[in-house]
Amino acid sequence: MSAASTNQRMAALAADLKTIGYRLAAALAICVVLTVLSDVFLTTNNLLNVLRQTSLLFLLASGLTLVILTAGLDLSVGANIGMSACIAASVIKLTGSALLGAATGVGIGLTIGLANGVLVALLRMPPFIATYGMLWVVHGVTYWFMAGTTIYGFPPGFRALGSGYFLGVPIPVYLMFVFLALGTFFAQRTTYGQEIYAIGANREAARLSGVPIAKRLILVYAVSGAMAGLASLVFLARMNSAEGDIGEAFTLPAIAAALIGGTSLFGGVGTVSGTLVGALILTLVLNGMNLLTIDASWQPLVTGVIVLLAVFFDTLTRKGGEARK
Amino acid sequence: MNDSSIAVNSPTAFATSLSRVPGVAWILGLLVLTFALASRDFLSGANLLNIGLQSVILLMLALPMTLIIMTEGVDISMGALLTLSSVVLAWVLAHDGSLMLALAASIITGLVFGLMNGMLVALVKMPPFVVTLGTMGVAQGLALLATDGQSIVVSNDTLQAVYAGSLAGIPQTLLIGAVGYAVTHWLLYHTRFGTYVFALGGNPDALKLAGIRANVYLIAVYAFGGVMTGLAALILTARMSSGHPTAAIGMEFDAIAAVVVGGTSFEHGNGWLFGTLLGVLAVGALRNGLNLLTVPSSVQVSCIGLLVIVALVIDSFKGKK
Repeated sequence: MSAASTNQRMAALAADLKTIGYRLAAALAICVVLTVLSDVFLTTNNLLNVLRQTSLLFLLASGLTLVILTAGLDLSVGANIGMSACIAASVIKLTGSALLGAATGVGIGLTIGLANGVLVALLRMPPFIATYGMLWVVHGVTYWFMAGTTIYGFPPGFRALGSGYFLGVPIPVYLMFVFLALGTFFAQRTTYGQEIYAIGANREAARLSGVPIAKRLILVYAVSGAMAGLASLVFLARMNSAEGDIGEAFTLPAIAAALIGGTSLFGGVGTVSGTLVGALILTLVLNGMNLLTIDASWQPLVTGVIVLLAVFFDTLTRKGGEARK
Repeated sequence: MNDSSIAVNSPTAFATSLSRVPGVAWILGLLVLTFALASRDFLSGANLLNIGLQSVILLMLALPMTLIIMTEGVDISMGALLTLSSVVLAWVLAHDGSLMLALAASIITGLVFGLMNGMLVALVKMPPFVVTLGTMGVAQGLALLATDGQSIVVSNDTLQAVYAGSLAGIPQTLLIGAVGYAVTHWLLYHTRFGTYVFALGGNPDALKLAGIRANVYLIAVYAFGGVMTGLAALILTARMSSGHPTAAIGMEFDAIAAVVVGGTSFEHGNGWLFGTLLGVLAVGALRNGLNLLTVPSSVQVSCIGLLVIVALVIDSFKGKK
């Protein structure tokens, strides 16, 4: 490897570390404020709870991050969680096999993601409209499938995925770090990852330099769908019950986590590790509101404002840095 | 005075708008035929009137949505905003306000959100779908907070009369829809504002080069959407005799569906208002027909989603030619 490319890589790494450093500092500041405001915040139970919620949000948002890196968006992730969880739940009930249910959940998520990818990459639909349409289609099928019923009570082995502990740490937290490592390796160290960044930074240039755009786009939507399927299993195992509307509240927080983490909606900028810190910050804010007994009705409003602020700053930064099309 | 409509200012534009007629008309015709065969009640006079009445709220959203999509934007906060405006309207009525005051409050709520969407899109240059996704969260949150999750029931005779009453034998709700359509048609095809809406999607740089403050018009498009949503809240609240914090969640999807099915494209400012009217009737007929066949509402949404995807697939094939 030439010295120039090593230098470039070091510079990029330094920039990423700086981005994440600021955000970690912000997360720490929120922790300090919450410690002062609430007696409960700095207890092992609560902190583990925060980590557990962060991990669920991260699993969902990490796949979404890859989509946003290509200047796309996946609005169907919440509905995807709902359908994957409900169908996985009924498979577990029918067959008694947690493994089969889990495979089905991820499979359903993957299928929805593939469908999104086909709509965006092959039919060239605007990503937000294709995945928004998918949201409602999936949502409707889930409601029809569940017909207002609730499926609950799963074997302990499966439930451990969401509520179990290993060495005192919730199991989803291990999943979070595994996928942080996998996601970071995939995005930063593989050709696929580099091509995904290239598509988001300048699609025409990527096309001219031989990146198979359609294939990579289908790949990122498929990964996002599969991650939603995986997140649905963790959520299902935690809740121990599935209803039609189980995933609805996830879409906005997942997008918020990626944006807070420094991933730009305009594509080509962002990291999976940034998304983890974004998920942590959002979870801390929502956890804090909970501890301060602020009505849960405030949550969509607060998340909405956070999304607006994150996009606002993203847009301002990008406008300053480069000429907009 | 020669301000003939912009849509027919060139033979090609006229030809394209003609070539679109079959698309949405076929869809509508096919739906009507299917439901007429499947359900005896579908083609009855009472049911057709019902479709018309139910479609007016959707029309009030789909009209401005057409203009917004023509500017290569979208407003997915409309359903949540309609809900919030309806809650505001019901709240004012429940606190002994007059109907005029309540309507004003509802329209102002819509206008404020419309202006906010428009300014973030036009001035800050934020992507429209994320802006309106954020404001959707805000509007939904406010509606929940204002009501504590409960319905605000209103018993106001004047309000009831808005939905149930008729003028010269024509239901008032239909009249409101007709006026809304006429005003939007006039704005789009007979005013400078309309010309600029076509240009905003087709060629925004030309507007800038011509020294026109494109941003003002872009903000106005979203503000118009807010005002129409505030007006639609009157019909919604009258129909339900209450303001409910989740009443119209997701209705923007029906509106986008109607616009897209009606032949307006997400690219290049190709819009067609009459197509939107047909699209609204298609979505209305689909919902009504599925209702008659006792298909649950959630599955209806899926059918509308499929309708949109089919329309977009047709759209994307047309675009490739």
